[in-house]
Amino acid sequence: MSADLEALAELGRRMVDQTPQAGALGLRFVSVAPGVAVIEAPYRDDLVGDPATGVMAGGVVTSLLDHVCGLAIKAAALDFNATATLDLRIDYMRPAEPRRGVIGRAHCYKLTRSIAFVRATAFEDDPDDPIATAQGAFVLSGAPAKAAT
Amino acid sequence: MNGTRSDRLAEVLAAIPYVRFLGMTAELAGDEMTAILPFSPHLVGNTSLPALHGGVLGAFMEMTALTQLSIREPLRRQPRTIDVTIEYLRPGRALTTYARADVRKVGRRIANVQVEAWQETRASPVAALRGHFMLSLEGEEGLG
Repeated sequence: MSADLEALAELGRRMVDQTPQAGALGLRFVSVAPGVAVIEAPYRDDLVGDPATGVMAGGVVTSLLDHVCGLAIKAAALDFNATATLDLRIDYMRPAEPRRGVIGRAHCYKLTRSIAFVRATAFEDDPDDPIATAQGAFVLSGAPAKAAT
Repeated sequence: MNGTRSDRLAEVLAAIPYVRFLGMTAELAGDEMTAILPFSPHLVGNTSLPALHGGVLGAFMEMTALTQLSIREPLRRQPRTIDVTIEYLRPGRALTTYARADVRKVGRRIANVQVEAWQETRASPVAALRGHFMLSLEGEEGLG
């Protein structure tokens, strides 16, 4: 089991480090468990969306949530090669705090043979006080790795 | 902000650091704005295709909606996103992406906006966004 978790963590690090957009945003892998993933978007001045408030752009949260959903699916369905987002709905509960990073946590709560359903939240410190919540459906594209070999 | 619409557009875009991060620009034809996102390697989410990151397409369309609202009405401050639903229709390839926002309704406080993004062919969009945005019109009290 711990070897599995270590393999998942390695996958998580790779998914963050080897994706150009994740690198450009400075995303940091935090943790992964079966079906669950956590990634952080540290605060940066050049990612601010509203100079009047110093809050990071909604687009940063969108990329963070999309990415952490992808990792949660990988952590739930290691057999599949790739996922593509079908749709993603994001509800903003409150403004993010100025000059602070955002943490994204995603849970892949249902997996069919071809579709993954994921919920995610974005927050600073407390998952129960979210900046935003998201719900997405993703198609598992590409044959399962097992079948392909 | 009493200048022309194109002055306002330039002002809005120049003021947002994240717009520079994306590399987004926009052009006006009358009151119709086309947002432009030139391809850049840092926008890639899938290196094997390669394809634009889904979050980037969503972010670009959200920024298109916010910009369109900002040049349409004299706002006290930036509109605030309430919710967005992003639909992905085709992979965003390593090409320039365009987007246009259709402001479906502007109420006293809330706007409903639909955005479509495309690359080579307008009739084959790569993604679409529907969203609600909170407005603070000039001269009105803030909503907190």
